[in-house]
Amino acid sequence: MSTIFFILVSSILVNNFVLSRFLGICPFLGVSRQVETATGMGMAVTFVMAMAAFMTKLIYSYILIPLELQYLQTIAFILVIAALVQLVEMIIQKTSPTLYQSLGVYLPLITTNCAVLGLTILNINAEYNLILSVINGVAAAVGFSLAIILFAAIRERIELFNVPEVFKGFPIALITASLMSLAFLGFAGLV
Amino acid sequence: MNLNVVVLPMLSLGGLGLLFGAGLAYASKKFEVTVDERMAAVRDALPGANCGGCGFPGCDGFARAVVEGRAPVTGCPVGGSECASALGSIMGIDAGDTVKKVAKVICNGDTARCKEKFEYEGIEDCVAANMVAGGSKSCQYGCLGLGTCVRACPFDAIEIVEGRLARIIPEKCTACGKCVEVCPKAVIDMVPYHQDVVIACNNKEPGKVVRNKCSVGCIACKICVKACPYEAIDFKDNLAFINYEKCTNCFVCVEKCPTKAIEGNFERRNIEKKDVI
Repeated sequence: MSTIFFILVSSILVNNFVLSRFLGICPFLGVSRQVETATGMGMAVTFVMAMAAFMTKLIYSYILIPLELQYLQTIAFILVIAALVQLVEMIIQKTSPTLYQSLGVYLPLITTNCAVLGLTILNINAEYNLILSVINGVAAAVGFSLAIILFAAIRERIELFNVPEVFKGFPIALITASLMSLAFLGFAGLV
Repeated sequence: MNLNVVVLPMLSLGGLGLLFGAGLAYASKKFEVTVDERMAAVRDALPGANCGGCGFPGCDGFARAVVEGRAPVTGCPVGGSECASALGSIMGIDAGDTVKKVAKVICNGDTARCKEKFEYEGIEDCVAANMVAGGSKSCQYGCLGLGTCVRACPFDAIEIVEGRLARIIPEKCTACGKCVEVCPKAVIDMVPYHQDVVIACNNKEPGKVVRNKCSVGCIACKICVKACPYEAIDFKDNLAFINYEKCTNCFVCVEKCPTKAIEGNFERRNIEKKDVI
């Protein structure tokens, strides 16, 4: 039980994938204009991460290890992630065309979202079992969603402010992201 | 050499790929989304300038609106009647004839003809100049000629001519309306492409005032209104307006106007007369 709690706090706050590990910056900056799309992105990434953690653990334990093919882990994991992203894309296109449109090119780009691949490899390195892997996946995705939704909410506010001309758009977003990262540094002593 | 070193990775990765491929093929059937194929056809028929002249976000937005029936097939100002009929045939609607329009600066008051109130040395932009006592021109309705419309035009169809006056090149103009939007003086009007007679003045002040400011302004004498054989000229706010549906481009008003405030394209007139002869 304490391990699960440890993993949750660690992945959501202390080692937040975006703000501490600096993984998944592309969608973090790209789809964070509105809270609504950021939430959608967070949910899509959550699904992909949970499924990817589950599948990669299975593949690693029952295919790669018995065949002594551990060196294939990166390509095998990318294969899994790509297939999952395709699946998510189809589901979203079917169920919510609006979300599909607002996520745009960033949806297929989850494939190359290093946060997902990073998670699977970190899981293997930490030698978590299947359940802990999935929990870690969900926790990491929640951390990602938390960061992107907070960031989107701040950016929505910033839109209304009188930002100096030179800082308009991406510069102020990057400054915001850096300040958020500093704020999350405060969790460092927790675990 | 151990053959397994090569075969096992191939089989395992290949097998995984095959498995995922099959799963995705099944999912794609299950989650199939039917896209209206007319949308792609409409999108292809559009000019693709993404100028926003139709009021929708780009050509894609307009194509979707057309397919969903929210926009008329004649809604694209850039494509004109050719594009409208193409869209009409895709959508199964008769587009009818749309009159091609072009933007026109309705002012001829260059620096030589229209007096300056003061010397403007600020930012080279009509909107900025307009904030300083309505610009340096004594006529507060005229073209300031500092090029705000030139920068707004996505088609390079506007130029600034001698004497600080914006001129629109009708051949390049697509009637997207960007210049009309940005002009702080509202001195750009949309006129039919084949209209050869245009009232080139926007001044709504009484004749005496106009006479003191500009030599080519409409002095509200109403001579054109009386002279027009087709009753195609209306009069409002000390300014004459041509009703383009009634106007036959007979050039009578152009000849009668005492201040030459009505502009006629004489080149085109002569060509048409030669054609008649």
